[in-house]
Amino acid sequence: MEQIKNISRRGFLKGIGLASGGLILASTVYSFTSFDSEEEISSEFNPNLFVQLNADGTLILVASRSEMGQGVRTSLTSVIADEMEADWDKVMVKQATGDSKYGNQNTDGSKSVRLLFQKMRQMGATVKTVLITAAAKSWSVPAAECKAENHFIIHTSGKKIGFGDLVDLAKDLEVPEKVALKSPKDFKYIGKTLPSIDVVNLSNGSAVFGLDKRIPDMKYAAIKHCPVAHGTVKSFDKAAALKIQGVIEVVEVPKINKAFGPLGGIAVIATNTWAAFKGRDALAVEWENGTNASYNSENYMETITANVHKPGHVEKSVGSVDDAFSSANKSIEATYQLPHLAHAPMEVPNAVVSVSGDTCEVWAPVQSPQAARREVANFLNTDQSNVTINVTFLGGGFGRKAKPDFVVEATAISKAIGGPVQVVWSREDDIQHSYYHTVSAQYMKGALDSNGNVSGWLHRFAFPTIGSTFKAGSNLPQAWEARSAKDVPYDIPNMQIETGKADAHVRIGWLRSVINIPHGFAINVFADELAHEAGKDPLDFRLDLIGKDRLQETKDAYKYDTAKLKHVLKTAAKNAGYGKPLPEGHEIGLAVHYSFYSHIAAAVEVSVKDGQLKVHRVHMVVNCGTAINKDTIKAQMEGSVIFGMSLAFYGKITAKDGVIEQSNFHNYQMLRIKDAPEIHVEIVESNDKPTGVGEPGVPVIAPAIVNAIFKVTGKRYRSLPLSDHGLV
Amino acid sequence: MITLKINGKEHEVDVDPTMPLLWVIRDIIGYTGTKFGCGKGLCGACMVLMDGNAVNSCQMPVSAMEGKEIITIEGKTENLQALQKSWAEFNVPQCGFCQSGQLITATSMLNNNPNPSEAEINGNMSRNICRCGTYTRIKGAIKHCVEQKNKS
Ligand code: FES
Ligand code: FES
Repeated sequence: MEQIKNISRRGFLKGIGLASGGLILASTVYSFTSFDSEEEISSEFNPNLFVQLNADGTLILVASRSEMGQGVRTSLTSVIADEMEADWDKVMVKQATGDSKYGNQNTDGSKSVRLLFQKMRQMGATVKTVLITAAAKSWSVPAAECKAENHFIIHTSGKKIGFGDLVDLAKDLEVPEKVALKSPKDFKYIGKTLPSIDVVNLSNGSAVFGLDKRIPDMKYAAIKHCPVAHGTVKSFDKAAALKIQGVIEVVEVPKINKAFGPLGGIAVIATNTWAAFKGRDALAVEWENGTNASYNSENYMETITANVHKPGHVEKSVGSVDDAFSSANKSIEATYQLPHLAHAPMEVPNAVVSVSGDTCEVWAPVQSPQAARREVANFLNTDQSNVTINVTFLGGGFGRKAKPDFVVEATAISKAIGGPVQVVWSREDDIQHSYYHTVSAQYMKGALDSNGNVSGWLHRFAFPTIGSTFKAGSNLPQAWEARSAKDVPYDIPNMQIETGKADAHVRIGWLRSVINIPHGFAINVFADELAHEAGKDPLDFRLDLIGKDRLQETKDAYKYDTAKLKHVLKTAAKNAGYGKPLPEGHEIGLAVHYSFYSHIAAAVEVSVKDGQLKVHRVHMVVNCGTAINKDTIKAQMEGSVIFGMSLAFYGKITAKDGVIEQSNFHNYQMLRIKDAPEIHVEIVESNDKPTGVGEPGVPVIAPAIVNAIFKVTGKRYRSLPLSDHGLV
Repeated sequence: MITLKINGKEHEVDVDPTMPLLWVIRDIIGYTGTKFGCGKGLCGACMVLMDGNAVNSCQMPVSAMEGKEIITIEGKTENLQALQKSWAEFNVPQCGFCQSGQLITATSMLNNNPNPSEAEINGNMSRNICRCGTYTRIKGAIKHCVEQKNKS
């Protein structure tokens, strides 16, 4: 259970003299003890900063996490509103600035709801209790005779008073020590379907994304980065750029050798984005490309493949795989190769920054506003309190916008030109200078005994680690990057997980579902290969492989639950009509994966006609504990299917002499509507703690497709994308 | 000076005549609902209606826009508004960034073809990318919109 320690209570609510006469519950300071090892918890967290009730009844709820399409502004605030018994129509959502007083705001790792659910409930319940107390006092009745309902406090006698009318009375009341939470069966918004609070603004052009922010005197800037990662500027000539109509000046952006530091380059500042882009194209820059100019992805794949074809560093060993292989009835091996990927959020990286003297204001689409604040303050050598990070809507993030290098770039430029500026990356910049999803080679070897059961499992992988972005030279996976392979809950007596070396030659970063993409792929495809080798049905075989119901021992607070894993797999298969007659030439492929503490399975129906793959239907089944907003979960699964299909069909970033060969959507393609399948989502009913939703749907898609293709064609595709194999 | 008619209003702009309409709309005139996604005519984020038909505004030099009736996502047309209503009912947007373009393409399609088939929807709407993957909902919302219109 998450532990909340109340370390500093002033014991009463203090109304803050707002012009609106509102009540801000702002005096309770909690500190959370660390309950999740992956999470840095800030020492200061003021939950009631999240709730502002105004005298007119409007309720302003603060969203502390960034909105990038995952619906967090709706889901988190609806939890407060539910416990408060507030009327959803009276709710307005305010986006928090980047500030540690809101607790951790890193919007990644599919953890916003998982980590904040209980806290948001407590906030809502606290406010409700205070309002009940206020009403009871004014009526001189016991609080126990009052209840909250739809924005009113109602007494057993039938008299009622609106939340807004209680603001003044509530201002001086004590904050209750303990509050009771609702029983899940009484939830009004939680577990239901609420449309996004922003749906109208997101459909009429009025939502302000980072790219849409305009402030007086703002200039536009485009940056020419070194084509090779971590190269530097040798010299540049700005004359031609300055001749472009609208170009104002040209400045150098420093390279800062930190994980989120700017890559460095030459910035062209102009009166509009177009002029900045044109000026940037006109620049003549000589680069010192540096050591990464030797990076050729084809050779690199050979290198890491060789590294997994020899013994590696043992991460985990159970029983003896050597014995298993020597006594096996049959052994099979397979090598899987997946390329780099770029996030390519629809909205490119961008930021508006206005530096003036010691202070700085930022408007940017950032997933980690506190990291942006810290980096900007460091750059300006000023205190973080002088830096304001306004979080705009994010036009997609997928992990890219968790790295605020582009915010520091804008800061450097604003400082250099002495005025506000908007940095805009082009799509080419975005695809060629990303923090790439890792490239990987994985070798697997499996032993089958005479009954066709798996008696040995060796999984060896090599990929450049995200750790290399934080510590240059790191070339072995970090512990958490090995976990999704190590913790696989297969009931196999002899298992060994090994890692091989891989040096990084580009910035490596996390991308939606991260290392679960390669691990989920290899594990699911290899299980299917073993089933075939054993002459068994892939579904039955996999259920046997998972084995009896148990909680897999892991270091996490949450555990793999093999019963849940089998249940989602069986349900997906059943929903898809697995085993039943299908249209001629159609087959169903299966995959199941546990990540971000959610158990998810996919059953994908495909056909291959004239060598062309078509994905007809995808059935997803997700067990993510308590479902907060069913429609959001469904949308995230739909999105994961498309994201997973894009990477399976087309996703491939390659480098030649250190230069990324892809540049825009013509050679880094995305799935389009004509190839989108029918998608069905089943959410398993559960009262368990909520777990991740935004990412864990992705890893099952590619392997399920590959497994289905095998059933149709008898061909096993062990590398992606499928466009390389001429299938799409 | 170039005179543009956008959402029924005339704007005089003094810009490089080769500047794409997209940037004139966003940076000079200041309607930011029309988005930049690729700058190469590949993604559809920048779609606007030109005399009722969807065009990638990143590919249209502003000089060619004189005398044309431009409608952006901020504008109002019967089909656009009907689609927006349907978009809300289906809770289509995720991040929302591509949705201006999606809605403009869909509007253009309905302007030219009030009863598009599944294949026609696929064909027309494949001009637009949605990285968040809202395709099933886009399709559902378009079909629903057509049904509603046929009912009334
Ligand atoms: S921005 Fe015009 S098509 Fe992509
Ligand atoms: S809703 Fe995000 S790109 Fe379409």
